[in-house]
Amino acid sequence: MTGPLDLIHKNVMWNRLIAVVEEEAQALIRTSFSTSVREAGDLAAAVFDRQGRMLAQAITGTPGHINSVAECVKHFLAKHPIETMDPGDILITNDPWLASGHHNDITIVTPVFFKDRPVGLMANTCHVVDIGGRGFTPDGRQIYEEGLNIPILHLAHQGEVNQTLVDIIRMNVREADQVVGDMFAFASGNKVGADRLIAMMNEFGIDDLEDLADHIITSSRDATIQRISELAPGTYHNAVTMDGYERPITLQAALTVKPDEIHVDYEGTSPASSYGINVVLNYTRAYTTYGVKCVVAPDIPNNAGSLEPITVSAPEGSILNVQRPSPVALRHIIGHLLPDTVIGALAQIIPDRVIAEGASALANLQLRGGASVAGDYEGDIVEFEMMHFNNGGTGARPTKDGLSATGFPNGVRGVPVEATEAIAPIVFWRKELRTDSGGAGMFRGGLGQIMEVGGTDGMPFDVLAQYDKAEHPARGRGGGLSGAPTEIRLASGTRLRPKGQQSIPPGDRLILALAGGGGFGDPLERDPERVAADVAGGYVTIEAARELYGVALEPDGTVDTAGTGALRNRR
Amino acid sequence: MTVRLAVDIGGTFTDVALAIDDQLYATKTLTTHDAPERGVLTATQVVLDEAGRAPEDVDQMIYGTTLATNLLIERKGATTGMVVTRGFRDSVEIRNENRYEQYDLNIDLPEPLVPRRLRLPVSERIDARGRILAPIAEAELTSIAGTFAAEGVESVAIGFLHSYVNPVHEQRTAAILADLLPDVELTLSSEVSPEMREYERLSTAAANAYVQPLISRHLARLVDDLAGIGLRCPLHLMLSGGGITTVETARRFPVRLVESGPAGGAIFAGSVARELGIDDVMSYDMGGTTAKICLINSGHPQTSRHFEVARMYRFMRGSGLPLRIPVIDMVEIGAGGGSIAHLDALGRIAVGPESAGSQPGPAAYGLGGEDATVTDADVVLGRIDPDDFAGGTLQLDPGLSATALADRIGTPLGMDATGAALGVSEIVDENMSNAARVHTVESGQAVETKTLIAFGGAAPLHAARIAQKLGIGRVVVPPDAGVGSAVGFLRAPVAYEVSRTFHQRLSALDITGTNHLLESMRDEARPVVRAGAPDEELNETRVAYMRYIGQGHEVGVELPINVETAVVDEGSPAEFLSAYESEYERLYGRGIPGVDVEVLTWVLTISTAVPKADLAPDAPTAASSPTPTGTRSLVDPDTGHTTLAATYARLDLAAGQLVPGPAVIVEPDTATVVPHAFAARVGAGGHLILDRL
Repeated sequence: MTGPLDLIHKNVMWNRLIAVVEEEAQALIRTSFSTSVREAGDLAAAVFDRQGRMLAQAITGTPGHINSVAECVKHFLAKHPIETMDPGDILITNDPWLASGHHNDITIVTPVFFKDRPVGLMANTCHVVDIGGRGFTPDGRQIYEEGLNIPILHLAHQGEVNQTLVDIIRMNVREADQVVGDMFAFASGNKVGADRLIAMMNEFGIDDLEDLADHIITSSRDATIQRISELAPGTYHNAVTMDGYERPITLQAALTVKPDEIHVDYEGTSPASSYGINVVLNYTRAYTTYGVKCVVAPDIPNNAGSLEPITVSAPEGSILNVQRPSPVALRHIIGHLLPDTVIGALAQIIPDRVIAEGASALANLQLRGGASVAGDYEGDIVEFEMMHFNNGGTGARPTKDGLSATGFPNGVRGVPVEATEAIAPIVFWRKELRTDSGGAGMFRGGLGQIMEVGGTDGMPFDVLAQYDKAEHPARGRGGGLSGAPTEIRLASGTRLRPKGQQSIPPGDRLILALAGGGGFGDPLERDPERVAADVAGGYVTIEAARELYGVALEPDGTVDTAGTGALRNRR
Repeated sequence: MTVRLAVDIGGTFTDVALAIDDQLYATKTLTTHDAPERGVLTATQVVLDEAGRAPEDVDQMIYGTTLATNLLIERKGATTGMVVTRGFRDSVEIRNENRYEQYDLNIDLPEPLVPRRLRLPVSERIDARGRILAPIAEAELTSIAGTFAAEGVESVAIGFLHSYVNPVHEQRTAAILADLLPDVELTLSSEVSPEMREYERLSTAAANAYVQPLISRHLARLVDDLAGIGLRCPLHLMLSGGGITTVETARRFPVRLVESGPAGGAIFAGSVARELGIDDVMSYDMGGTTAKICLINSGHPQTSRHFEVARMYRFMRGSGLPLRIPVIDMVEIGAGGGSIAHLDALGRIAVGPESAGSQPGPAAYGLGGEDATVTDADVVLGRIDPDDFAGGTLQLDPGLSATALADRIGTPLGMDATGAALGVSEIVDENMSNAARVHTVESGQAVETKTLIAFGGAAPLHAARIAQKLGIGRVVVPPDAGVGSAVGFLRAPVAYEVSRTFHQRLSALDITGTNHLLESMRDEARPVVRAGAPDEELNETRVAYMRYIGQGHEVGVELPINVETAVVDEGSPAEFLSAYESEYERLYGRGIPGVDVEVLTWVLTISTAVPKADLAPDAPTAASSPTPTGTRSLVDPDTGHTTLAATYARLDLAAGQLVPGPAVIVEPDTATVVPHAFAARVGAGGHLILDRL
């Protein structure tokens, strides 16, 4: 069928596919156990055609997962060509190099059968609460310390669960009920999606997805190429330096714009670290394409077609294309800085469409308590492992302030303090915005936040620190200043290292101040009224208003126009 | 004989329905935004005159208003302050740290209702078990009160961590502030929403405080004005949860008035479902700017405790303010008659959420609107008669519709105006169907088995097509659909819902504590309901929100507790477990063996019996066929073919008559499209019942 109705039907089915994968995501969220999936939404769900091309992704989810799963399905098909799959098959892997870069992420792929023939695949990637080994810490020196590796295997074959695999997993992870429960929750999410896909094919009377897939991919690719063609061709360079674990790391990008392609090459980037912050190429690609897409073509749906014109390379053995057996558990610390890295290159072409650097790396509060960390403490000791997702500030925008305590580029949600305190023996004494942490600018960077955490009744605990931006804060753009750096210390005063497992002694508290985003534009050009409002709200101190923004305030908090003029003219 | 009056103030119209036993009188007047009570009085007078009644004759008045919703959307509430736990000044600003849109770098986050300079911390701390870790520093409240007074704060929300377990610090703070600031209204988070999760609870408390002064004054004026015209009956308010309550309760918890109009619509659909004896229903209400969908089982609209008001970005989840109040569970999307169609970056047709409103309105209105809207598509496809729109009060120009559709949609895609109209119609219907389908699946129900009950000006035009897309076989278009919400108010029970967080492992349930909790909830709810229903028999339902330990989302389960004794005993945990397991399996296919279950939140509702709707006997098929008023060209979206459809006037149709598709049945406020794949018949109660062939 061709003609207007055919085109309308294809677009209607395209909308439907997005609803199908959203149902898949919602089903698995509501049945999963890990905080990371059910509260934080650290997941991806998508539908693929027979060739493994991603056609649609769920609205709910994170870019690191979604663009990784887009690549990962190709590896599944290479090992198990679709014509060899059977109804009732469920495939699984958590191999970092095949999927999303660390063992904690489990990918589940389910073939969809229609009229006895495989027509496509449903897939999701989700972060489980534990996968054994050292746990969620950067301290591992080899991948083998980072828990169980599950190569591409059948979780179920022709409807029969692979009990051997389930038993092995059960004996190798800390929270067996939760992890195994999650695997089946993820599989049932795929089942929900598959049922809906079949219903759609029945309704529209189609026997395969090929025509629809071609339509989705061609139009998305063409629209992306159109956007790329509007950019000035050339190669643009940018480097971001970050703290790293044992030494600073430089991420060096060369972004080449051609008429129909953007290629990002990371030649010159630092070599792999000895600790678990290394990134596999799949994950490098995921966050690089995401960063480019946000600036160049944010409104074009994310699928194999829109991803195709954005290509990525990184030298083998570099920290962005790490090889076995390097450790990778906390690869997101670096991965989350890749959008800033490519956005800095794009800033040279389209300065009015980019944002300043932000805190960027997700700052999980990963705490451990119990006999292994209690030393000679004589009070009550409770065994616990707890993760609380937190974010600093995002970079300021060309016409707007940055977002305070909000995740970018990660797409996860934070967890309520009350929910965390109900399940872990800790008390948050403070969790609020951090004054003066947003980089000054005509538009101010988003504020970071400051947290103060103690053990219940003074119980000691360990922090598995995984923070960046302590030595290398988020830089501003166009004259905007840097955001405040990350700080981590004990309430008693001792500074802690931003990365690695460390103790909080009995009765002491952990203080973690998260980084702010960079400013955009000259702070002396910020509207003085906005500065006055920032001071009234306590986002900016009166001293910073004077020193950084050149704004003087009257005793009642209103703008001192003459004083401000004098301050601003002086510079 | 009883005379009952219902008034629903909407964004555009104030609807009034007067019921004298079974006789219904209704009218619409424009909402008077400067002083909403004036419109109420005018409309009340009109409908009383029509019925030949005096204000003194009215036995009960039920009132619903969008005022609370509008104050939140337009940010026109009172200057509000918050008192919070020291160290947690920013819970309502940090939210859940999430961006609701993944790719747009320029999104704005919902601004807190209370600015940071008025969110003031006090030293105090209670832990997750309710133990006091730090006593409240009462002296600090003096300077806080001073700041509030200096800033002209009219209303204050008090929200401390873990107050849902132990409210003593909030209560003490309220007592002190009441002395220091006698004219300021106080909201306690532990009263308005005593549930875990600080962002949602404090957001709810802030919203309640924010709307309280204006709602309170409005209701006080309304009561005075009504008394002034001689109306002396009790005034009751429609709540978002579908029950009605007294003015006193509404003034205390005005946030519970949010979206009470749409709730009335769902109650209306519920009563139609009971009247027709249909257990499994989806209500579909489509007006000028949005469409709302609600699931109705056994005549009862589905309820929820999560709601988001004032969504600021394409109705996207996360772009509004969360409220934890009892609500009728509806999905609302930006799809109405005025929704504007455009082409996206890929040349795909997209519809809404922007609406042309009533000024300039759809292109067809001829008021200068150049955008192509859903109404324009309906005109071009033959569903709306341009000469008989809104009872003939507004002459439509189909040429303008065709031009707008061709210019904005058709020409770039190589289609004519009809093709473009078909595309717009299909996309908006698909959007509504997808929202309905996802909502149904999230509720663990099957969509195909439902009956669609359609009301609101635009719904009957699209209902049959949406039914086709959802695989639904039957559509009902009730009479009085134009004032459905107000009619719904008349059919709502007096009811009040109370919730509490009381975290319990089912295997170690504190039986005494649970009974104590239920008793205190009962003590809170019963007087509220009694005040509105002094003599009637009251029903009680109790729902526990439970989950497998380790999960993050709870499933609400109605507790099998003996109705007479209403207490929990040693046998209860096993009974609760089995009720939970069967509900979980219904939702998700299978339970998880060997994992303990925990209860987080307990909800107790006391209500009068839902007014019985008489089961209307199905009308026998009439021997006579109705006479068409004419014919018109109608495009069928399923096939894309244009056919000649008969038109009928709904007022001419008699019970039992059959109308085969394709046909259009016209009434003053709307028209029902009967596609070729359907046949309509007129039920005994005047309902149009469309069955798929």
